[in-house]
Amino acid sequence: MDRESDPVAALVAAVAERSISYDGLSVSKSDGLYTFETTERQVTDLTASALGETAAGDPFVDNWFHWTQRSRSTAEQAFLRWVEHAEERSVPERYSALTSGVVVREWGQLRITATVVDGGRRYGLRHSDDRDADPAELERFVDPLKAREIATTDDKGRYRPLKTAPTLSTGWLFPELTGASLVEAIDFIYPATIQNWALEREGELDVTNWADAADRQSGIYAMVDELSGEQLEWLTEACCVDSQCLKRREWDAADGEEIDTPHGAGAFPCREPCSVVISAARKWTQIEREDTERYTVELTPSEKAQLEALVAAVADGRIDEIREAEFSDPANRQRARYLRAKRFDAEGTLSAESDRPN
Amino acid sequence: MSQQTDEALVIVAHGSHLNPDSSTPTFSHADTIREADAFETVREAFWKEEPSFREVLRIVGAETVYVVPMFISEGYFTEQVIPRELRLQDWDVADWESDGTSADHATYTAADTGATVRYCGPVGTHDSMTDVIVQRARSITDNPDVGPGVGLAVVGHGTERNENSAKAIEYHADRIREAYDFAEVKAMFMDESPEVDDVAALFESDDVVVVPLFVADGYHTQEDIPADMGLALDEPGSYPVPGMVDGTKIWYSGAVGTEPLLADVILERAADAGADVDAAIDRVKRRTGGTTIDAE
Repeated sequence: MDRESDPVAALVAAVAERSISYDGLSVSKSDGLYTFETTERQVTDLTASALGETAAGDPFVDNWFHWTQRSRSTAEQAFLRWVEHAEERSVPERYSALTSGVVVREWGQLRITATVVDGGRRYGLRHSDDRDADPAELERFVDPLKAREIATTDDKGRYRPLKTAPTLSTGWLFPELTGASLVEAIDFIYPATIQNWALEREGELDVTNWADAADRQSGIYAMVDELSGEQLEWLTEACCVDSQCLKRREWDAADGEEIDTPHGAGAFPCREPCSVVISAARKWTQIEREDTERYTVELTPSEKAQLEALVAAVADGRIDEIREAEFSDPANRQRARYLRAKRFDAEGTLSAESDRPN
Repeated sequence: MSQQTDEALVIVAHGSHLNPDSSTPTFSHADTIREADAFETVREAFWKEEPSFREVLRIVGAETVYVVPMFISEGYFTEQVIPRELRLQDWDVADWESDGTSADHATYTAADTGATVRYCGPVGTHDSMTDVIVQRARSITDNPDVGPGVGLAVVGHGTERNENSAKAIEYHADRIREAYDFAEVKAMFMDESPEVDDVAALFESDDVVVVPLFVADGYHTQEDIPADMGLALDEPGSYPVPGMVDGTKIWYSGAVGTEPLLADVILERAADAGADVDAAIDRVKRRTGGTTIDAE
């Protein structure tokens, strides 16, 4: 065993060069003898070989080895430590949980489990709605690249242009990922969320507010900088709240100009308006250029309520839940067809009189 | 503890909010390059999908990043959108010293991460793209010797958006005419003359292979062009191969970007920009049907 693969050999070699202090483990050398100390015990006046015997099998040593002697990016290290609650749980507490396999974190709609197997960490990844599913019932994956396919369509087979929409498909399982492959799989499901979360923890997240993001646009999107004020409230209400996107909105209208729409409770931040928002903003910019008109429309109170219910059913994504022949639901298809037959002409235009005809 | 990987490859593409097939070729070529072990990190980034151009550099975390655009021609995306979104400091299109089809690479610091970005010209204008077009013709005819007696049309969008688009099509058509033995080779367009609508009339050969120079299949390649040529059936994307139009047998290949050999063009771009990937290029060519030149 060498210091590359053996925690004890690595510890003895490392402390010969400098003292170690990590997660409750302290090892130091003085006058040729070593002191080994954890929150559980202290052993002094050790020779190098006695240090090796003392350190053998100690979870503090394994923990030090795992987190300091492997190369990871800053974000990967911070995230994987967060997964096992390393900042708030002591080493014995953590190792006891890791060994019995009950360490759990949720990341968007993902459920991550961590275990220690043969001295190395192994991670399980599945949809949080599948938390109680029998693993044998879930489709099993090994290659983290497969996460890309999982993230492409929802459970109804529809394409998901926004990766952080709360529509991740269910029914799959990565039973045993390494730390690096866990991070890779998550990056295909929720790209850049780990890096942005880590930057935010360090107080270094680069947020771009609406004004700057809109200003940057060119070509067909250059027009979106016309949106402001209330329109940005409506835009974020439409696209950015938790029911639509799991990122927590950190951008606002401009410096010192907050958008009142709830920012969301997501684990990972949203640092600037995304391409879906910019693309939608273009459509709203075009619509907002129109002047309003006053229309006189004849509707019964129930018909007005029905129009409201139809908008709500689309906006809340409830269409698929409305049952055939459920005539008590104003957004029922036959009810909508009756309204159309009665109040709309053959082209689908609502009969209405404008105060500014043509 | 923090360690950065030394070199990464980032393939930047348009992507789509509506059509998942738009990014499929980018992902499959990236996978080919991953399997060839050319770079420690390979990542895709998109204008319309995630990760965005804005956030991809922080994902790969490398000190040197080769960025190869999955675009057909130099223009708005390669000259404005990509450099701006990657935050390439002091980007100047003049650094490419391009005549419209000759962009090679230029080196910048990305303000986002401080990474050194070797920003390459688009795949569509690289010389090796010529071979991919021919490979596409071989694939669709299932004939490794296709050429003699057969016409080849290289089809592009045309000048509607950008004059370089037509230049790229003509460039490859000229090169194929010189280096291969097709009976006739023509550049054709959707919105300018010679129009793809007239393919059957403009070729004398009884068999014509039609290869659209597009990075991915979508509305243009699956509906527009087949319909313009008179090939389209009722279902979008369904057309006979080969199909008969006015007595000419048309072998329509769909987007050239789906041809596996395109992974080689991506690597050639990175190699031209200084990446040490010769061995990987060899592996990719073997796997995708390209011609390998024996290394010394």
